[in-house]
Amino acid sequence: MDFHDTPEEAAFRAELRSWLSEHWAGRPLEGGRGDFDTMRRWGGELYDAGYVGLTWPSEFGGRGLSPTYQAIYLEEMSRANAPGHPGVIGLNMAGPTIIAWGTDEQKQRYLKPLLTGEEIWCQGFSEPGSGSDLAAGRTSAVLDGDHWVVNGQKVWSSYAHVAEFCILVVRTDPEAPKHAGLSYLIVDMHAPGVTVRPLVQITGDPEFNEIFFDDVRVPRSSILGQPGDGWKVAMTTLLHERGTLGFALSSELERMVNQLIKLVKEPGPDGRRPADDPVVRDAVASEWIEMQSLRFTNYRSLTTLLETGIPGPEGSGVKLAWSEANQRLTALAQSVFGLHAQITGDEAPLNGFWQYWQLRSRGNTIEAGTSEILRNIIAERVLGLPKGR
Amino acid sequence: MDFAFSEEQEQLRGFAREFLASRYDDARLATIADSATGVDDDVWPRLAEMGWLDAELTFLDQAVLFEETGFRPLPAPYLSTVALAAPALDAETGKRIAAGSLKATLAWAEPGRPQGLLDPVGASASGGRLTGTKVLVPDGASADLFVVVAADGLYAVDAADADVTAHATIDGTRRVADVRFDGAPARALASGEEARALLGRIRDRAYAALALEGVGVAQRALDLLVAYAKEREQFGKPIGVYQAVSHKASNVYVQLQEARSLAYWAAWCVSADDEMARQACLAAKALAGSAAVFACENAIQGHGGIGFTWEHVLHRYYKRAQWLAAFDGPARSQRAEVAAFLLD
Repeated sequence: MDFHDTPEEAAFRAELRSWLSEHWAGRPLEGGRGDFDTMRRWGGELYDAGYVGLTWPSEFGGRGLSPTYQAIYLEEMSRANAPGHPGVIGLNMAGPTIIAWGTDEQKQRYLKPLLTGEEIWCQGFSEPGSGSDLAAGRTSAVLDGDHWVVNGQKVWSSYAHVAEFCILVVRTDPEAPKHAGLSYLIVDMHAPGVTVRPLVQITGDPEFNEIFFDDVRVPRSSILGQPGDGWKVAMTTLLHERGTLGFALSSELERMVNQLIKLVKEPGPDGRRPADDPVVRDAVASEWIEMQSLRFTNYRSLTTLLETGIPGPEGSGVKLAWSEANQRLTALAQSVFGLHAQITGDEAPLNGFWQYWQLRSRGNTIEAGTSEILRNIIAERVLGLPKGR
Repeated sequence: MDFAFSEEQEQLRGFAREFLASRYDDARLATIADSATGVDDDVWPRLAEMGWLDAELTFLDQAVLFEETGFRPLPAPYLSTVALAAPALDAETGKRIAAGSLKATLAWAEPGRPQGLLDPVGASASGGRLTGTKVLVPDGASADLFVVVAADGLYAVDAADADVTAHATIDGTRRVADVRFDGAPARALASGEEARALLGRIRDRAYAALALEGVGVAQRALDLLVAYAKEREQFGKPIGVYQAVSHKASNVYVQLQEARSLAYWAAWCVSADDEMARQACLAAKALAGSAAVFACENAIQGHGGIGFTWEHVLHRYYKRAQWLAAFDGPARSQRAEVAAFLLD
């Protein structure tokens, strides 16, 4: 057991820190997610500096480093309060799935522009009638010569309005049992018949979208795996979503805890310092402890990953715990403003930062696996309890 | 960053788990807990033979044992001796501990005043004699030697020179005692700033040790809950298929993992004398105490009526969890100190 960085890790950390202090320091916080083109350029800057695709094999434009470096990257980014690369669906889901299942041509075509941020990806998994129950999806693809013809609707798709490509789960065999009839396509979001409609969330931001597919023709070769492999391929995607997510979340929580600490040390609208209220102090300490516990749970899971190639099961609770912590923390921050917390527009406290993130946090227990599903997964796969379904 | 225990430490863990399980099945543990002293006197020489009391053990070696003695409570003053008292004692006394001929504990709290480990005390020593009244001394009735916190430093006093009154406790296997010293012959161990720093390190160590024990307690409670949820049937199905039950187990699992991560972090910080040791130990103790209580409460609920009976082992764990959660103040006391680091 040794919690120190190795000399190589320490050098990487120092180099990144100094790069960030030159390239990021001083840019302002924003209430929402920021302007997308700015974010895309920032993604390109990160790529040029060598901080994107750290764990990807070098033949695909990565640096072939161990996941420890990705963890350090995420920690340092959050400590510098710098946003990440905007191509998260591509980097964390589409990319690893293409590396695992793609043909050489697909790897050549898609991976590099995904790393640079030139091409943004979105995900077409959930449907209006099937959210948690992914395998019940009804969006169909029927072979017509050299093309799949896709019809249906997907929902909750982040970045679809700016994306070049979509990883899409479709039903290609309506006769086969539910899981066996699925296939996994790569769809050009600019193809005729693709319509994206933004869904406005409770934050007022259209972060998610609905995607409609009307007789969209997709080249027959734009498939990952074979027809009928869709479920297996999708599981690779979700494994990566949940597997690499942990550090991103604990680092994000660290950023939020740091913001919270800053907030409560300043006088509130009533002139009093929230940090002088013992109830607030107790709650801030709780969230700091929670954040550390998630951070070190990630490290524990990472140790298992480095030893065995598979992340440890302890990481399975991180997203669950993070989402609830983020909800408590942002609500605590909003409570500091009293009724001032309601005021929007130019007069919104701190540029609406906490307003936005408190409302946004309610999605945290729903997206990327609802907390109910995650509890089922822990109960069934980690604890070995009998399946309820 | 390497979070794994060494191969030797994992061997020690396996050996300890086997030893404790064979010596203390649930029925025997209950018998000892309900006995006059709550202690298995015969186990002490065995601990010495197995090397559990050696001064050479690192804190990470001991960490494995603290966790395992939470998973299967060891009815002996093990934690008191090695975590609370030994760090203050000289090498010569350490040898007597290693040989199994000396059990020790720490006496700090006094009646009618703040009772935290670092709070000021009234006990005083002069001319090699110590006078004062201590309460809540863990394993006070089993100890041969007391490390006593006095106003100007730490002292060693033989139990033969003290007046010890044992108390029954709801956790029958780790009782506390009142100890009166009336001009008792006392040997100075540390004084002034040195004593204060030493006491701070002892507190860190105690927090980490209790956090690890809490992890063991929570793990056993979760294991019992999961086993019962698989086997107990209602409405024609094992109750573990019902989310009202299975989600309780998942919640316990998540909190247990968090507590384990912090407890290991704290253990490493203590062993490496890391600059974050104080915060890590505060965090670990706060979370692990709560996690152990939470695990036991959920396990009791999941068992229904049977989990609420004296006959079932769960309440033994619950009471140990409450003991360690209450040590040196509840979680909110540790959080108040964490808050001071963060906010002041």
